[in-house]
Amino acid sequence: MTSTTIPNSTASANTQSAAKPSLLSIRNVAKAFGRNSVLRNISLEIAEGEFLTILGESGSGKTTLLRIVAGFESASSGELWMGSERLDGQPPYRRRVNTVFQHYALFPHLTVEQNVGYGLRVAKRPEAEITQRVAEALDKVKMTAHARAKPSKISGGQQQRVALARALVNRPRLLLLDEPLSALDANLRRQMQVELKSLQREVGIAFVFVTHDQEEAMVMSDRIALLRSGELEQVATPREIYSRPATAYVAQFIGHTNLLRGGVQGGVVRCGALAWPASLPDGPALFSLRPEQVRVGSGASGAVKVRGRVLHHAFHGATELIRVQCADGLILVVRIASGGAPQNEVELEFSPSDAVLVRESPERT
Amino acid sequence: MFSRAYKTAVTVPPLVWVAVFLLVPYLLMFGYSFWSVSPAQTIVHTWNLENYKELLQKPVYWQTLLRSMWIAARVMLFSLLLGYPLAYFLSFYAGKRKDLLYQMVIIPLWVSYLVRAYAWKTILGADGVLNTSLQYAHLINHPLDFLLYSPFAVVLTLTHIYTPFAFLPIYAALEHIPRNLVEASHDLGATPAQTFWKVIFPLSIPGVLAGATFAFVLSLGDFLAPLLLGGPSGIMISNIVVSLFGAAYNWPLGAAISLGMLVLVVSLLFFSERLEKKWSFS
Amino acid sequence: MELLVSGPANASRSRWLLAHAATVFAFLYFPIAVLILYSFNGQGVGGFPPHNLTLDWYRMLFGDGAIWDSVFNSLQVAFAAMAISLMFGVPAALALDRAQFTGKAVFRRLVLLPLILPGIITGLSLAMLFKLTNVKTSLLTIILGHGTALISVATTEVFAGLQKLDRAQEEASLDLGANYWQTFWRVTMPNLKLSIIGAALLIFTLSMDEIAVSFFLIGRDNTLPLEIWGRLRRGITPEINAVSTIIFVFSLVTIVVWYRLRVRAEGSAEVGTELIDSTAYVAN
Repeated sequence: MTSTTIPNSTASANTQSAAKPSLLSIRNVAKAFGRNSVLRNISLEIAEGEFLTILGESGSGKTTLLRIVAGFESASSGELWMGSERLDGQPPYRRRVNTVFQHYALFPHLTVEQNVGYGLRVAKRPEAEITQRVAEALDKVKMTAHARAKPSKISGGQQQRVALARALVNRPRLLLLDEPLSALDANLRRQMQVELKSLQREVGIAFVFVTHDQEEAMVMSDRIALLRSGELEQVATPREIYSRPATAYVAQFIGHTNLLRGGVQGGVVRCGALAWPASLPDGPALFSLRPEQVRVGSGASGAVKVRGRVLHHAFHGATELIRVQCADGLILVVRIASGGAPQNEVELEFSPSDAVLVRESPERT
Repeated sequence: MFSRAYKTAVTVPPLVWVAVFLLVPYLLMFGYSFWSVSPAQTIVHTWNLENYKELLQKPVYWQTLLRSMWIAARVMLFSLLLGYPLAYFLSFYAGKRKDLLYQMVIIPLWVSYLVRAYAWKTILGADGVLNTSLQYAHLINHPLDFLLYSPFAVVLTLTHIYTPFAFLPIYAALEHIPRNLVEASHDLGATPAQTFWKVIFPLSIPGVLAGATFAFVLSLGDFLAPLLLGGPSGIMISNIVVSLFGAAYNWPLGAAISLGMLVLVVSLLFFSERLEKKWSFS
Repeated sequence: MELLVSGPANASRSRWLLAHAATVFAFLYFPIAVLILYSFNGQGVGGFPPHNLTLDWYRMLFGDGAIWDSVFNSLQVAFAAMAISLMFGVPAALALDRAQFTGKAVFRRLVLLPLILPGIITGLSLAMLFKLTNVKTSLLTIILGHGTALISVATTEVFAGLQKLDRAQEEASLDLGANYWQTFWRVTMPNLKLSIIGAALLIFTLSMDEIAVSFFLIGRDNTLPLEIWGRLRRGITPEINAVSTIIFVFSLVTIVVWYRLRVRAEGSAEVGTELIDSTAYVAN
């Protein structure tokens, strides 16, 4: 019988993109507004050229963190370093960081061209250089045809591209994106996710992307930093965060999961009627089991078996999610392929190694 | 959604009243401007263009109009110079005190014009606060007489009256500038000074135009301040109109001037609106 | 905003702006402060510094019959003007908001014209009307003048209030069986209550201070500002400081109350801009 693996602590589960050098170093940054503590002790290294997503619910502090990096807020404590240069005392206009704002913040009195060239003009670059770089940037985001238009005359998706061009044309060392896709409709959003990702690859600049949409994070990121109530829950690649969530919160926030609560005694895990061997210390334990890891019974050896009654079907296109009532009040959510005949009673099974031990996620004030 | 009866009920009464007490009087004024006054001080209802000829030919009317416009222009300028930084301060720097400070600016706006004009009269007179305190401090030996009964006094008083008028639309325009534009400008490398000239000021221009127009037009037609404080060198066009309806008894001529002012004011508003539209980007 | 005041350059900018603001406020309030101060000055106007503080002028004022008469006249005029302005201004706002009719554009401009046109022109043209129809000038003509000129204020304030009114409420009322008249009184008016009261306060204050329109419509009875005006022609007496101070206090209280009501009615802090915006409608 295979047993559940010993979990990593958050520290080592936080993957460093070890191959790439560190670009931005966030050290013990905390931020409070009055008595309201929005960020507590955030430490994070952002690597050159990586696509990092800061993921979290509203109120998690993700936008605040972004604004601290951009320079619109100052941290209550902690430091920001870019290479050997200390960033946190500097005003935004001196940082080699640019931002794509949530509602684009295009200047309504300037044309698309003038918007994109703004940063270069302010830096007093020669006209010829400005013209050339602006043209390149517009070409990259496919907005060349609208160069002379005013922002009020172009669509939301187009405004978003202009905002992107306006930021990138300055060749920042780091690009911050504050939920730039949240105002777009679903299809356009998916299209932009792909485009943004390939743009980032092409340009090679580190992107720090803030969103509350976990699917978006999974699709686009090299690494995800999940923020909850001002603290980092886990920082890892999408695959790792999905298959090896560190805490109950991470397991539930990313994708669907079943949380199995039980205890270990003498090398055996017991969750209600379920039992399987594990080389874990005695004591209470919490496991995360993904719905697609629960199969409708095929009698594999070493699998944990359970039987139950189907409560509810939810059709999701390629797959279905069914809720199964098992013994001892346990309800399991199971992902099965669509198209099968609906059943009332099912035999379920899963491999013990698929049950990942996770830490509790206590409430934070 | 609203029935005919409803719409008729709300439209007819005000329409009738306005027709009788606004439209007819203005039309009468139009008519009067083509009549003349006989030596016997009665109105002669013969149609002629004498009044308009007189206005165009006699220099005193042109001079007074130009002087009035010059005074109004100075009032406009000073109101903007005082009002803009004040509006900017309130909008971007005042934080929690914004509302209180706003009240403090608009309160003088509505509080008795007469009281405030009179107050300046007492301050600027030979015996007034300014002169006596300057003499008391031994800064001057004789009272400064340009302070009162001069265009200076009129400009000063009208600036005092109309600065809040200029302030209002500028403040409104500044408040409507989304703050993320300021952040975006900083993000792209512009210092606060550059941000002001490249982003904030251009977007506030409609407000500036509205405030300037209001200050100019209202000053132009003012008659109280020049009467109280202007002296003979501070006479403005409205004072001429008033005298033509009073001691100088020439209603038709007065009507002609009034009509001219009406046309002037409406034209100014029209051009101002056009300019504002050109500079508005929403 | 933090970002605007961080850094040494910003600190000096904000200091300059603060100094400028303080100067402007001083400029705005200085004359009034002087007035109030000197109304207690034993030597009357002039003379610096003020000394010999006294309430004499106020006592004199109290016994001044002509002033009291003019106050009484002004109050009559103000209330009557308020009634006229509201009676015609509220429907005018509704008409502009909801009805289409020939001449609407002209109507709108006419109603709003007195806001920007010099008051004496409005007063003069009315005087011509009265002369032609042989109506003698009196308090009545003043009332008609104020009422007409101030319709613009009522219309503007109520129109602004109507924009905030949720159409759906009136539709719901009709849907539930109330007719237009009932809907108007049960739903529309309560929503406009604050705007109307605010307009009333403003009209009252403006009427009490009105000179330009009244100038040529005045008969035997003086309004308060015209009474003061007459005395000013004859020379300054300290009594005028006293009455001015009282007028200032009253209008101050009224305007603060109006402001509070407007903020409550529309939640907007840009109170008063609707009057300037209306003037834009005159020329377009």
